[in-house]
Amino acid sequence: MPRLVSHPDEVKVLSRRFGQGAAEIDKYIELDGYKAVQKAIESGPEWVINEMKASGLRGRGGAGFPTGMKWSFVPKQSEKPKYVLVNGDESEPGTCKDHIIFLHDPHAVIEGTMIAGLAIGAKMGFIYLRGEYRYLLKIVEKAVADAYAKGILGKNIFGKEGLDFDIVTQTGAGAYEVGEESALMESLEGKRGVPRIKPPFPAVVGLYGGPTVINNAETIASAPHILLMGGEAYAKLGSERNGGTRLFGISGHVERPGVYELPMGYSLRKAIFEVAGGIKDGKKLKAVVPGGSSCPVLKADEIDVGLDFDQMAKAGTMLGSGGIVVLDESVSIVEFALRTINFYQHESCGWCIPCREGTDWLKKTMTRFHAGGGSKKDIDNMQYLAENMLGRTFCPLGDAAAMPMIGFYKKFRSEFEDYVAGARVENPLIEIKPIGEPALIGAAH
Amino acid sequence: MAAVENTLFSPQTAARFDKLVTLYPIKRSALVPMLLYAQDEVGYVSDEVVAEIAKRLDLLELDVRNVLSYYSMLRTKPAGKYNVQVCTNISCMLRGGYELLDHCKSTLGIGHKGVTADGMFSLEEVECIGACCWAPAVQVNYDFHDDLTPAKLDAVLETYREGRGTDVH
Repeated sequence: MPRLVSHPDEVKVLSRRFGQGAAEIDKYIELDGYKAVQKAIESGPEWVINEMKASGLRGRGGAGFPTGMKWSFVPKQSEKPKYVLVNGDESEPGTCKDHIIFLHDPHAVIEGTMIAGLAIGAKMGFIYLRGEYRYLLKIVEKAVADAYAKGILGKNIFGKEGLDFDIVTQTGAGAYEVGEESALMESLEGKRGVPRIKPPFPAVVGLYGGPTVINNAETIASAPHILLMGGEAYAKLGSERNGGTRLFGISGHVERPGVYELPMGYSLRKAIFEVAGGIKDGKKLKAVVPGGSSCPVLKADEIDVGLDFDQMAKAGTMLGSGGIVVLDESVSIVEFALRTINFYQHESCGWCIPCREGTDWLKKTMTRFHAGGGSKKDIDNMQYLAENMLGRTFCPLGDAAAMPMIGFYKKFRSEFEDYVAGARVENPLIEIKPIGEPALIGAAH
Repeated sequence: MAAVENTLFSPQTAARFDKLVTLYPIKRSALVPMLLYAQDEVGYVSDEVVAEIAKRLDLLELDVRNVLSYYSMLRTKPAGKYNVQVCTNISCMLRGGYELLDHCKSTLGIGHKGVTADGMFSLEEVECIGACCWAPAVQVNYDFHDDLTPAKLDAVLETYREGRGTDVH
């Protein structure tokens, strides 16, 4: 069972019910549960969207798109039914925040889904969890069933004639790509999880062709808190243009890894050295991958930056999914880069060529490089290849693979050059593949 | 009353399937969950499973196979009774994921996607399983085991060997 952590600098909004048994509906209701959705029913969709806009909440899946604005894009009139889709296909390496929300506060996700439904005029919502989260699906399924039993979901909810809302829950079956919004819709329609071309955007043509709001589970779970405390009050907790708080998962070489709720804009240095207790075993910090494995790496001297979307972009990286992965001095960047590209090569859905071929060639070249068969030209080639994947794919997976690689080549170039000159990983973790091995065999996972 | 005659699945699973196809605006949406639940019961997605699911959803077997081949948790060959999935992605890698994988390889005597001779365990090196802050993590079937060391993992595997292991159904 994931352990809960705590630190005095935390501002507990989203996590305030964690560890209090709020997966049980009565406890959830006792802790102000399902009050926000009733407030939303009374005050109407426009009020909800305005509060969401005022909150400054930006998508917690990684893209950071303003949630209130996303909701407002859904057309009021639609011939086809509208849907709310909750993305709990959390698969970005370094990210486990939705895991802990589903575990400790599943009703917040349900209530948030209902609020989004009210805001856009949908009568049905889907909560989609990654396939590995079967035990969490059980928890969410029970929470949904309990909500039906109490008349919170179903027909005439809260006793209001004609007000219906249904929620269907399911899991995927193992695919990083399905975390991309249009691929998730494909998966939910019973197909391979390949992305759709945009436009049209989901707000206009989404699930089953109907207007759809798709939000990350953490984003959705934030909505009830925002409506209860008011959008403006929520916004004030964070930094400029980055409202509220966020769950940051700090993992890797820190003394106290865990999921901490910190205000947006909180110092990355403090998050690592104070909140997570500093580097494990008194070692030195080498690098930080700040928001899940797709975010370009930061060097040890680049961590005086605030954890919000804008400050991280200014620092040349991304806030991403909030999964902060900390590397100490013992880590070989060559090996870490190989592990990163192995993942993206495995997960590329193969739908578009720059991603399918790009990740594959990066993996092949990195595998040979790691084995000691690399040259200086390989470093240039790999960087050139990655730069040419950027922005040339249907969905962001191509970028997600290319961006961290470019970061490694640029920021730790000397380490790659040392490798060419004969420096090696002392105890390689990843199996060294014979250099002469045919490329295609080297690519099989 | 099932629309399709049930030939393969337990009454509970058949009933679950009958319900699943009614939940969504289109029947086909039930495909991915059905494949998973079928695999949970049969052990893998056999040709017979593909045929019956295709019938239940009015799909071609080809459509089912097309989806089946996409998702990494779905398999077309039996695994061990307990499928040991070791994460070696970045957060686990930094805290001993590879050490756990090597340990499993040597103690179980099998490699990636191998099955022990007695059919008790299979081993898989998997991508991130969403337990990064509690790394290194291993999933045995659907059950998570966090903060492991080789010794702790031995103790976990022993519980499965003795039939006391936990799982999620």
